[in-house]
Amino acid sequence: MRSRAFSWIWKSWMMKSFLVPMLAVLSFAVAQGQDLKSFEQRTTTKVLPNGLTLIVCERPEAPVFSFSTFIDAGDVNDPSGESGLAHMFEHLAFKGTSEIGTKDYAAEKVALAKVEAANDAYEAEYLKQVGRDEKKLAELHKAFVEAQAEAEKYVIPNQFTEVADANGAHDLNAGTGLDETQFYWSMPENRLELWAWLESGRLSDTVPREFYKERDVVFEERRMRTDSNPIGRLYEQLVATAYVAHNYGRSGVGWPSELSQINATEAMAFHKKYYVGGDIVVAVVGDVKASEAMPMLEKYFSKVPGGPKPEDMTTVEPKQFAEKSVIIREQTQPFYVEGYHRPSYRNPDDAVYDAIQDIMSNGRVSRMYRSLVEQQQIAAEAAGFSPYPGDKYPSLFAFAAVPLPGHTPAQMREAIHKEIEKLKTADVTDAELQMYKTRARADLLRGLADNQGLANALSEYQTRYGDWRELFLQLDRVDKVTKADIRRVANQVFVASNRTSAEIDTETPAAAAKNDGGAK
Amino acid sequence: MTNRDQGSGVRGQSRKKWFVDSPAFPSGSVWFGAIVATLIALPLLHAQQSKPWEKIPTPKLHDFKPQQPKRIKLKNGIVVFLQEDHELPFISGSVMIPGGSRDETEPAKTGLLDLYGAAWRTSGTEKMDGDAMDDFLEARAAHIETGGDVDSTAVSWDSLKGDSDQVFALAMDLLFHPKFSEEKLQLAKEQMATGIVRRNDDEGEIAERESAKLVYGANGPYTRQPELATISAVTLADLEAWHDRTLKGKLIVGVSGDFDPVAMEAKVRAAFEGLPPVVALPARHDEFAGPKPGVYFIDKEDVNQSNVEIVGLGTDRRNPDVPALAVMNEILGGGFGSRLFQKVRTELGLAYEVGGGFGMQYDHPALFQAEVLTKSPSTVDATKAALAEIAGLNTKPFTEEELKRAKDSILNSFLFRYDTKDKVLDERERLEFYGYPADYLETYKAGLEKVTLADVTAVAKKYIHPDKLAVLVVGNGPEIKPGLDALDLGPVHPVDITIPMPGRPAGEAGTAEK
Repeated sequence: MRSRAFSWIWKSWMMKSFLVPMLAVLSFAVAQGQDLKSFEQRTTTKVLPNGLTLIVCERPEAPVFSFSTFIDAGDVNDPSGESGLAHMFEHLAFKGTSEIGTKDYAAEKVALAKVEAANDAYEAEYLKQVGRDEKKLAELHKAFVEAQAEAEKYVIPNQFTEVADANGAHDLNAGTGLDETQFYWSMPENRLELWAWLESGRLSDTVPREFYKERDVVFEERRMRTDSNPIGRLYEQLVATAYVAHNYGRSGVGWPSELSQINATEAMAFHKKYYVGGDIVVAVVGDVKASEAMPMLEKYFSKVPGGPKPEDMTTVEPKQFAEKSVIIREQTQPFYVEGYHRPSYRNPDDAVYDAIQDIMSNGRVSRMYRSLVEQQQIAAEAAGFSPYPGDKYPSLFAFAAVPLPGHTPAQMREAIHKEIEKLKTADVTDAELQMYKTRARADLLRGLADNQGLANALSEYQTRYGDWRELFLQLDRVDKVTKADIRRVANQVFVASNRTSAEIDTETPAAAAKNDGGAK
Repeated sequence: MTNRDQGSGVRGQSRKKWFVDSPAFPSGSVWFGAIVATLIALPLLHAQQSKPWEKIPTPKLHDFKPQQPKRIKLKNGIVVFLQEDHELPFISGSVMIPGGSRDETEPAKTGLLDLYGAAWRTSGTEKMDGDAMDDFLEARAAHIETGGDVDSTAVSWDSLKGDSDQVFALAMDLLFHPKFSEEKLQLAKEQMATGIVRRNDDEGEIAERESAKLVYGANGPYTRQPELATISAVTLADLEAWHDRTLKGKLIVGVSGDFDPVAMEAKVRAAFEGLPPVVALPARHDEFAGPKPGVYFIDKEDVNQSNVEIVGLGTDRRNPDVPALAVMNEILGGGFGSRLFQKVRTELGLAYEVGGGFGMQYDHPALFQAEVLTKSPSTVDATKAALAEIAGLNTKPFTEEELKRAKDSILNSFLFRYDTKDKVLDERERLEFYGYPADYLETYKAGLEKVTLADVTAVAKKYIHPDKLAVLVVGNGPEIKPGLDALDLGPVHPVDITIPMPGRPAGEAGTAEK
């Protein structure tokens, strides 16, 4: 966070996690490594018979290691009517297994089945459109609550995380994006086997323990990130408006009505389908010797069920042909954001989008800072970013600006469009293009001295490209970006019919009283 | 926590986050009360848990001696740390300058320090103005930044090794020969004004800012808040005077990365050795009475979740009770097994974010702070549950299990305080800055190891006084049912957070910016 230009535009609503903060290193900028050869010597990859990929990268700087478990499934994979499910499951993965977190698993299993039956009965009555019997509903709810209390008698709360904590786990957390679910922490190196036991256990032997209380916890997360946050509300509306067919348009944390009715059976079905070996990459970086660790890791992670990688979704977002806009009128300060559909990360132009983002937004030399912030002095921050809200499927290229007091979203929009027009009509300078390439290289290098950042990047690149080396090899694509590419892509993508904008227009209390409030 | 700048949202980059070191609550521990109670209720019904993880061997940790930076004390009192690190071809550094927002002297110009931190770098120097510096640095993927914090300001830089001579020279030019520009001051003011008018949009930001004011007072050195009128009163001459005054202080220079130590020492000496003897800032003696106990409320119509802050006065790290307090914090609100987490999140499902502890700063009293975010209708239930856990520190006896887990959690992850060369350097600079011995971490660790059940019980008794705490709720008034009077903590005091707008009659001041 070296530029101030992101404090409002990038806020904590960007990614849901098990605990509060999560610094996503996921869009690791790409460049030529310290060198690839030295990493190849230190990095061992193994695909187990169940399809799970293990990566061990030796970096014995201190007697510690970090890991990243990267699941190629996120909230984009939530079945219809069950938005928020992948994230719910991520929370469940901290509740323990049949061996940890329980006093008597055999008895607990029976009690949990009763919880599900009680919930099903309650839900069936609750969802009756005609003839719902309120008295019966109350009784069913009571039975549901009692069944949960019965199951809780067998629970040792938070035992999984306590054992990790007591053994020195550091920065323990997880995150669920639309495209992926990631679990991570760091530990002293002499706990490697303990970690392998814990991690392989929760991947292969999850128990839907305390599910319904955790659902309430996740609902609080939604209230914090989205409902009670003006910019969180705005971004949820932006993507919901930009997409008509693809799941990227859905609330990642879940629409309230769906989130409040997700059940444990659905969560376990999600687990069965997506938490299979072929969908999982586990990367370990630190003071670990691959020759010693690999057999041990193999033993534990072979427990993860095999099975084919689930089929990909068939929905492709249709081409947008009409400009769309969202206006929220409320008593918060103004904000403007607009998004244009762009292809997924696998498109050959992926690096061109990175170049546009860099030239438009990176630091005080960026075009948007220089124009909107410094010269025109109409915005406190201005930036373009991509891909949003995900990267695996066709996504958005977004531009956002935070007006200075006295300036309006309309002015932000106009100023952003002028900058976009320049990209379309004139080449960027040699210096700008070179700057992008230099910074991409340096940023990659800077990330290499951090166990957790490396584990994140290795697991992500292995998943997304089938080869972690792509972290370094991508530099070829960076180097090949030309001025003509930037102009071509800008002209293709940044057109009015491909645009969705969203803004907050500040309303005075008097106006609010008259029209009974803006969007909530 | 004590940093009033949390509210401004426009502060400059500050590499040394730890200068505002909010109480570090290391993670993890457990509350065994519930489990013990359940076991008593269901005697012998369950098979003994086999705990397979306890059978996994824990080999001896590989030997590790963190590399200490070389410390050089110049004759003028300036201290230099050099930390070699050849893993990557980068060199970074910083100069810390004592004196921050808490040392501002004119209330009518509150915010001066933030403006200084922002405009210093963007203004640049006589030789190279800020915009030219941006071009120069960005073309090399290098950075030079300045920033202001609550107790210090800093210049920091970082670049590839090959560019480091030029970048270092430029950073020194900025340190010794800044040329503050009216235009860049104006830019900083506008950005800061944006932060001021937006400071009531986010309820978490409101809760943090206003709860600190309850403890430190609204106009105290750690909480006074910049307003549109106070920032507009700041002049270029104020920035220059601040610069000239603080640059005479005891600077701490830290450099790390891929350099030759002899050459780097010569270079740093050449830059700093010629300065006159340092003039120490007068020692601070911050004393605070703590909050007026009671319930405080801020109404926010566009939220469905309440931010509850339970606050009181904390302590500083010179207090010999700190190790025992750290263990108590771990048990109260540190991690997953903490009493607050177990009760409010896991057992009651009332919060996603819950935690807290008895804060400790290096050179002034921190806050005691516990926080719960819960849906509007459960505000009273969640607040009561959190208050009960705080009071329970004196009534629910700590168990050996709790103590062991809390200590294991802190001690087994202690290594992560110095597992990189940069962290070791940061720690040494921090200790130097606050005047702590270089072996503070070792002493602290030894202290933690010795903490007993009796110690934790004693510090809880000594420092936890539920009747001295204030409860601040930011939330949607009409949705909070039952109302806050159901907390039975006396009348509810509304807090006015209206933003003063210059040029408007007081009556309608800022209502649009609520």
